[in-house]
Amino acid sequence: MPEKYVIHTHPVPNRFKPIARSGVIAWEEGCLRCAVCVKEKCVYDVYYKRGLDARYMTDSIDNLCMNCYRCVQGCPKELIQKSVNPEFTAMGDSFFTPAIIARLWYQAETGKIPVSGAGYPGPFCGPGFDSIWTDMSEIVRPTRDGIHGREYISTSVDLGRPSDFLLLDDAGNMVEEPPVLVDIPMPILLKVPPFGNINHTTFLGWATAAMKLGTMLACSLEQLSVLPRELHPWLIPLLDMDSLNPESIPKGVRIVELVKNDGWEDNLAKIKSTFSDLLVCIRIPMKQGMEKEALILANAGADIIHLQREEALTADEKASEEFGPRHVKEGIRSVHMALVDANIRNNVTLIASGGFAMAEHVPKALLCGADAVFSEFQLLIALQCRMCRRCVSGLSCPVDIGGASAKWVTARVINLFGAWHNQLLEVMGAMGIREARRLRGEVGRAMFYEDLDEATFGSLGSVGEGFELE
Amino acid sequence: MSSQSKFKFPEAVKTPSRFRNPIGKYRLHRTDKCISCGKCVEICSYGVHVIRRGKVFAENHYLCVGPGCPDPCHKNCPEDALFCRKNPTFDALGDKRWTADLLVSTWYMAENGCVPPGGLDYKVGASGGGFDKLRIIVKKGKTGLEDLPDEEFDTTVKLNRREDNAHRVKIEVPFYGGGMSYGSVSIRTILSRMKAAKALGTFCCTGEGGYPDELKPYDDNVITQVATGLFGVKEETIKRVKIVELKYAQGAKPGLGGHLLGDKVTPAVARMREAVVGHPLFSPFPFHSVYSVEDHKKHVDWIKAINPQALVSVKVSTPTDIDMVAVGIYYAGAHIVHLDGSYGGTGAAPEIAKKNIAMPLEYALPKVHRFLTEEGVRDKITVIAGGGIRTPHDMAKIIALGADGICTGTADLVALECLRCHNCESGRGCARGIATTDPELTELMEHDWGTQRIINMFLAWRKEFVRILKRLGMKSVKELVGRSDCLVHLDYMEKKSLKS
Repeated sequence: MPEKYVIHTHPVPNRFKPIARSGVIAWEEGCLRCAVCVKEKCVYDVYYKRGLDARYMTDSIDNLCMNCYRCVQGCPKELIQKSVNPEFTAMGDSFFTPAIIARLWYQAETGKIPVSGAGYPGPFCGPGFDSIWTDMSEIVRPTRDGIHGREYISTSVDLGRPSDFLLLDDAGNMVEEPPVLVDIPMPILLKVPPFGNINHTTFLGWATAAMKLGTMLACSLEQLSVLPRELHPWLIPLLDMDSLNPESIPKGVRIVELVKNDGWEDNLAKIKSTFSDLLVCIRIPMKQGMEKEALILANAGADIIHLQREEALTADEKASEEFGPRHVKEGIRSVHMALVDANIRNNVTLIASGGFAMAEHVPKALLCGADAVFSEFQLLIALQCRMCRRCVSGLSCPVDIGGASAKWVTARVINLFGAWHNQLLEVMGAMGIREARRLRGEVGRAMFYEDLDEATFGSLGSVGEGFELE
Repeated sequence: MSSQSKFKFPEAVKTPSRFRNPIGKYRLHRTDKCISCGKCVEICSYGVHVIRRGKVFAENHYLCVGPGCPDPCHKNCPEDALFCRKNPTFDALGDKRWTADLLVSTWYMAENGCVPPGGLDYKVGASGGGFDKLRIIVKKGKTGLEDLPDEEFDTTVKLNRREDNAHRVKIEVPFYGGGMSYGSVSIRTILSRMKAAKALGTFCCTGEGGYPDELKPYDDNVITQVATGLFGVKEETIKRVKIVELKYAQGAKPGLGGHLLGDKVTPAVARMREAVVGHPLFSPFPFHSVYSVEDHKKHVDWIKAINPQALVSVKVSTPTDIDMVAVGIYYAGAHIVHLDGSYGGTGAAPEIAKKNIAMPLEYALPKVHRFLTEEGVRDKITVIAGGGIRTPHDMAKIIALGADGICTGTADLVALECLRCHNCESGRGCARGIATTDPELTELMEHDWGTQRIINMFLAWRKEFVRILKRLGMKSVKELVGRSDCLVHLDYMEKKSLKS
């Protein structure tokens, strides 16, 4: 068995107090000065541990409070109340909801899978990936640890154009060189987000995280140029020029990305003839006609197709003819199926970006037909970003991301994806699938809300004459 | 009806909150203008106001029903000294599945043994799908059953339909208590649930954590669980009970094992589970001895060899092929197939597993019911639904979708004043003394109080369920099984009316 892939995480403290969901409101007026105050009886010692963050004038109590409500329910004058924090509910957007942001913060801080007691508290289902349930196997599962002599779960995937078979001559030697493939240990690549209070220190932190994780970071050529040479193999520079000079491609780079502009075919040919071992990823937007585009690219010899959801943040609201499918889920399935129908699915890699918020979206994207995904906004949220977008309008960053050290950035990103990787293992283990490659397009092991709901309740739509709702 | 009249349900006994300030939806504020005339005490039929030594207090303002009140005290106050506001703490409480309304109304039921009189939605949550979009439909007007006393309605469920040598067990109410292990919850919580089960003529499951000696008096109402870790499973414990449950998977963490954090492994827990104090305990997944239906049959046979009269229940989660799994369970010789839906409770589980793996109960149950019927074995096996049933309305809906009865868990804990803070797994466990093994926190709750709270809640459930049966014109729970025509799904109803 190959060496086991383990992401080592360790707690990395927040630089700023995170915004808590609810706050403790305690009045002094009318206090009876009881001999033993309910605040002293707090199981979690919240009232002892609390402190004031002098810089931001925030009280740490709301982050410490575990919501047992015993002080609220115990104070004889009812002077303590809990209330929802409006600053929390105002965070993020319809895609990166406050709850999702808070969960990502937790993972970047601790490197742990969120584990909690009591059942699922959320909505029955949600838009996009949240309307998929993954299957489980009642009796069979490979183990994440490979105990009892059984194989452990592999999350690695290949990037490139694997061939269907090897050609051998009479002596049993390979007739042609095997295809160039880049093997990444988990189906997640990183991508520099389009906004954020970021600078070369942030890039350095992200690129180092990509290297340590064994995955890659997509960035611009300019961003690559400020980073040390030893990181280049872990970067995917975007070459968005009309006419490309292959000499400009830095040495050591293993994958480059092209935009599908007018000169793309020339550029692809130039790269392929100059560097036989360089993989080319070509980016197309996820909108109408993308299936055709993908087929053209795959037939022209592109190694990787990057299906990019523009307007990822408001994917569902922006659903229209112009923007194509309602959700990334449908977009991936549609392109995947077009490639399957054309019999070339196995000869090209499909990576999707945009429309992913949480760890569970990764295996679901794979089930829909992607080989891997690009994660972008999570790179900011790992650094405590609140998705407030003040930076977009040139205002100051409330969590001063630009001021964070590269080391801190790296550790936070490793923590987040360490937690994601563990969650991927949980889902695959439950499914009884031991290879991430085998998740791709396996819709038989996914359950879709649209199908199940219609099949179960579609016939329960009528209220007969003379009947009413109870 | 003679067999039912033999069983007598206990009386509801008012059992107020353990805490000084119960949380309600509304708060009544009294200003200095109050002249203590007593008008509010007189007109409030909910007992919000009390008069003591000539002074009036809104002592029970958690009982206030808010704007829907027919005689609002604040509008009748001669001095305008009262005003009613929504309680800000109420808004910070609850979640989409267990809304603050559901929590507070369950507390009301546990206190009073009946559903709340108004101001709270005690029927559905806000999850936006499944149970929360299903409604029961009834004929307009009277059914003629309105005036029949509740005792005339048959809520019993036969658990042995194979009619074999095993016990012919019948439960008096269409529900029993789901497994919660010693270790995940306190001994007082377990005892409260067991004693309530006995009083209500039903069962309660030990979960996978051993069979404490304190439960011996309730042997006839205990279901003992055999799960993958085999913690505390002994020949003797299997012989002691009428029902043995084989747990393959749990809805909240399907395909994953159990996990008891080290902090909760106190000396007593460690002794019971034959483990080391302070070390986390993992129940593996799956049974390493089961890789096929044949292997599963071997497990069922083991149980039957040790206790030939035991009923065998098999608890599984809800994968795509749940219908095949259910039939396999039947042919292996089990008496009960227990489906645990993916939105059920847990003492600790990865959040990713609670939401994303395996399907909700509302989809799985009708699928199993249909398939067992088509295979011609539906009347030979009892189908129990669990995992995400919060109210008597959920219970009626899932029975209409094909279950014979249901299994509860979280609702029992809410009756004991759980407010779903989700911290059962961390540190010393539950700060409210329910899901903890910490000796000091366990002291927060008396088991007599807990027993009565659970009895009260379930009496309210039965009463409400019988009310639904009356509205449906049915006299027994059996008539409702599989009657999905008694349900309407709001999404599809809307579509239909939009089309026409």
